[in-house]
Amino acid sequence: MTMPHFDVVVIGAGPAGLAAARAAALSGARIALVDDNPRAGGQVWRQGPERDAAKPLHDALKELDTQADLTFFFSTRVIAAAPAKTLLLESSDHGGVYLSYGRLILCTGARERLLPCRGWTLPGVTGAGGLQALIKGGVPVSGQRIVIAGSGPLLIAALATARDAGARVLAVVEQAPRSAVARFGVSLAATPSKLWQAARLTRGFFGVPYWTDSVVREVSGNGRVEAVTIARGTREMTLACDRVALGYGLVPNLTLAQALGCAVGEGGIVVDDLQRTSVGDVLAAGECTGIGGAELATSEGAIAGYVASEESVPAPLVQERARWRRFAARVERGFALGEAARAWPAPDTLLCRCEDVPFGEVAAHDSWRDAKLHTRCGMGACQGRICGTAAQTLLGWDMATPRPPLAPTRIETLLAAGAHAQHLDCPL
Amino acid sequence: MRHERGLDRNGRVSVSVTIDGKTLYLPAYATVAAALAVANGVLGTRTSVSGERRTALCGMGVCQECRVSIDGRMHVLACQTICRDGMTIETDTERAR
Repeated sequence: MTMPHFDVVVIGAGPAGLAAARAAALSGARIALVDDNPRAGGQVWRQGPERDAAKPLHDALKELDTQADLTFFFSTRVIAAAPAKTLLLESSDHGGVYLSYGRLILCTGARERLLPCRGWTLPGVTGAGGLQALIKGGVPVSGQRIVIAGSGPLLIAALATARDAGARVLAVVEQAPRSAVARFGVSLAATPSKLWQAARLTRGFFGVPYWTDSVVREVSGNGRVEAVTIARGTREMTLACDRVALGYGLVPNLTLAQALGCAVGEGGIVVDDLQRTSVGDVLAAGECTGIGGAELATSEGAIAGYVASEESVPAPLVQERARWRRFAARVERGFALGEAARAWPAPDTLLCRCEDVPFGEVAAHDSWRDAKLHTRCGMGACQGRICGTAAQTLLGWDMATPRPPLAPTRIETLLAAGAHAQHLDCPL
Repeated sequence: MRHERGLDRNGRVSVSVTIDGKTLYLPAYATVAAALAVANGVLGTRTSVSGERRTALCGMGVCQECRVSIDGRMHVLACQTICRDGMTIETDTERAR
């Protein structure tokens, strides 16, 4: 197994990672940019068939194209962190590779918080961002009746994508109280570009009900989604539909950071003003340091890129980051999860979808570790990324530090890595 | 209507894949998840450990519900794989579990 060395390795090719790569490239650094998707853009700038790249993505890729020393590793996941600033990666097409870094920038982004309710495992139930991602990848939804539910501005973005693709969105179901959402709406005046974005996203809003103080109680159907039951305050109503897009906000992707030993806090990886983590030569930027949107991710990524390549950080970037951090705080306040969203599902509702473990069985234990050992929840393919997040929200449990392999890995990768690791003297 | 190989009805580049033996045409850069939805509609593409039908949930490579076999390799995530011309996709529930 070869081991190329890079001055700067960036994990994640979304807004933060691309900004970091652009900034670091200015100094002539040798850069690697790693992403588990087949193309750059992350979630918000996800590319797909018959769709032009979003302008910021197009500009970023065009600029990076002119950089001589940038290597993309697409469809590639980090499997393990090894001593002496080395990572084991696995590429879908090319198998395992080690690489070493001078500086590492984590831009691992966020995933959705998916909470269980009766029927949530039926085909046709997706995340809200999940539906958006699937549509962008070419999943047809034209003429389909869709209910979008959960929490956050992401529901509106999903609404826009679904409507543009010809879906009939029946309602948007937001758990936050009307007053909180209204206050957030008013506060958009502080970020005119976001206000403009909201206006663009909601111009098709007219006619689609937006219900606050409302949650999905149950999804029903025979082998697929056929109806959804919604609790609006004290009332309940059932709508026939084809899809339910259900997501309760975003949570940072911390697996690699934790495996490296980086300190993490409530909101994400802990970083200082220079985007440095608690581990030497490891920086982090974007949603993984705290949910805040693409603009914040871009400014944080750029700062990390300058710092990693030992260039000074332009002052306007620091101001921009501060501004978008204030916006992020307003989003968090506006859409904090209330009691109805945190209500426990019926005990026979599955919590762990990989091992089919009911919520009641998991909740009978005192900690994630005990629940895992006794029920196998979190031991399946997703390794707790879906069910563990739900357990954190519903049961208040802390998650354990992840251990390698950090993603499902082919045995041939581990065997080759093992042989190589003997030379590195590293325990894998 | 048969599509001219390589071009869709709008004259744009397309790719042909097979899903469980059935041939489909997708626009270039469509994901395998898209191909599965075109083939199956809103129906399951794999079977869970207790026998439930499942399909893509998170759309971004986290939940692992969209696993299928591609060109003989098992446990490939459909939502993070772009269709390639001639790709063979199998949702055989025993093998794609």
